[in-house]
Amino acid sequence: MNMKTKLCGITLKNPVMTASGTFGSGEEFAEFVDLNRLGAVVTKGVANVPWEGNPTPRVAEVYGGMLNAIGLQNPGIDLFIERDIPFLKQFDTRIIVNVCGHTTEEYVAVVERLAGQPVDLLEINISCPNVKEGGIAFGQNPKMVEAITKEVKRHAKQPVIMKLSPNVTDITEMARAAEAGGADAVSMINTITGMKINIHNRRFALANRTGGLSGPAVHPVAVRMVYETAQAVKIPIIGMGGILTAEDAIEMILAGATAVAVGTANFNSLHATEEIIDGIRDYMEQYQVADISELVGSVR
Amino acid sequence: MVHTTPRRFEETAIIIRQEEIADDIYSMWLRTDQIAAHAKAGQFVSVYCNKGSRLLPRPISICEIDRRDGAVRLVYRVAGKGTDEFSGMHTGMQLKVTGPLGNGFPLKEKPAFLIGGGIGIPPLLELAKRLDCEKQIVLGYRDELFLLDEFRAQGTVFIATEDGSAGTEGNVLDAIRENGLSAEIIYACGPAPMLRALKAYAAQKQIECWISMEERMACGIGACLACVCRSANKDAHTNVRNKRICKEGPVFRAEEVEF
Repeated sequence: MNMKTKLCGITLKNPVMTASGTFGSGEEFAEFVDLNRLGAVVTKGVANVPWEGNPTPRVAEVYGGMLNAIGLQNPGIDLFIERDIPFLKQFDTRIIVNVCGHTTEEYVAVVERLAGQPVDLLEINISCPNVKEGGIAFGQNPKMVEAITKEVKRHAKQPVIMKLSPNVTDITEMARAAEAGGADAVSMINTITGMKINIHNRRFALANRTGGLSGPAVHPVAVRMVYETAQAVKIPIIGMGGILTAEDAIEMILAGATAVAVGTANFNSLHATEEIIDGIRDYMEQYQVADISELVGSVR
Repeated sequence: MVHTTPRRFEETAIIIRQEEIADDIYSMWLRTDQIAAHAKAGQFVSVYCNKGSRLLPRPISICEIDRRDGAVRLVYRVAGKGTDEFSGMHTGMQLKVTGPLGNGFPLKEKPAFLIGGGIGIPPLLELAKRLDCEKQIVLGYRDELFLLDEFRAQGTVFIATEDGSAGTEGNVLDAIRENGLSAEIIYACGPAPMLRALKAYAAQKQIECWISMEERMACGIGACLACVCRSANKDAHTNVRNKRICKEGPVFRAEEVEF
């Protein structure tokens, strides 16, 4: 049975990676999870300079999911290169760095700093719903998606994954724009913008008022979008959105995802990634799937 | 390979006993061998719901540690659906728990105020048992009293109640003033306005002040950056003026944090 997954010319030992923002740079989770088992670690978004993020409360639980509005707090690329990349290099896993910025120039500055670094792939976050400039502003207009993809590709030394927002009328249009701009892959979906109100004190649950919905509640939306996108583009898709169990991950792969990312599930179980890897293996055994690639997009 | 000595543990805890000790305040003893063996006063645990629709663990402070029996005591208020689920559980039932999390209180040997407000009172009990010094324990309640006898076994206890039904009418500082109390160090846990007042009081008296902070959390282990508080200076880990309450805290020197 082969779980090895080819993604943009890079081989992952299995298709399971972490979703950006839920796993830091792996340091805290390494106390509980064997990072060597993961297909890849996708880091929390990093910008050219440190960002303080949003006021608290930054998270709220909702039925079958959660809202977050962290606001891309990050230590900036200098400390990230000095501390986080060397930490991850200790492990036998792939490193995918999530990149954020307010402007094209800021994204490019980070991408350039990463050019000489031992990083396998870049994931460009053009879909964060919780920052005022940048983030989602780039991800809701196909012309801007194509333009920023082109610009990032011009400077990137690693393959580029564009992370797409579901907060659009037609996500396949954004995926096509990323492909046209030269993206090597797309990852989807980022969170869906939501809101929660505390009825007892009539206040917003989040200081930012709105936040990104994630968790099992969004999973069917993500599966549908991955399926539609798989019909629309040739580049590989990293599927994410509410994957809590191996069954959820397999569904995403059948819909057309080459690899999957596990996010909110890490909060529900520190070992979610490992449990999902084991569960995919069990499924492959049960259905005698020799190679994981046989499953990709095989829904009929 | 990276090898680290584990200091935090994920355990399936068994409820030894649970009782409601005041209106909506529950006391739960959990059998958790590893967590009990490693926990310190002021640390907390993440308690996971069994109900699948509730994804996030609930951070609950440790009220008492019984190393001999491998058990920890959690005293919590039913504040939502998760804690409501816990409150309905009984002896023999299981809960997934991660801990001990956070830093805990430092133990200093000088005359101390232990000051708790509301559901911030429980973590001070283990602290009171661990501190080997003169202890004046000041507890602020809304109305109904809880854990009082346990605290009285550990030091001199002063009470403040909002409605004046017991002790000083008012807050913990009113109780300190009314009884003419003084100390060289403050350990405190409670609502933000109380902590703010104690920070100002400690600055004015020029005494050391340690406060335990609270915030909405997701991962509980320092990865997600949900539960930060503003810090006076740039934090070494986050590289901005934010500290992670679950990791660098929940206990801070009062002047370290702004709130």
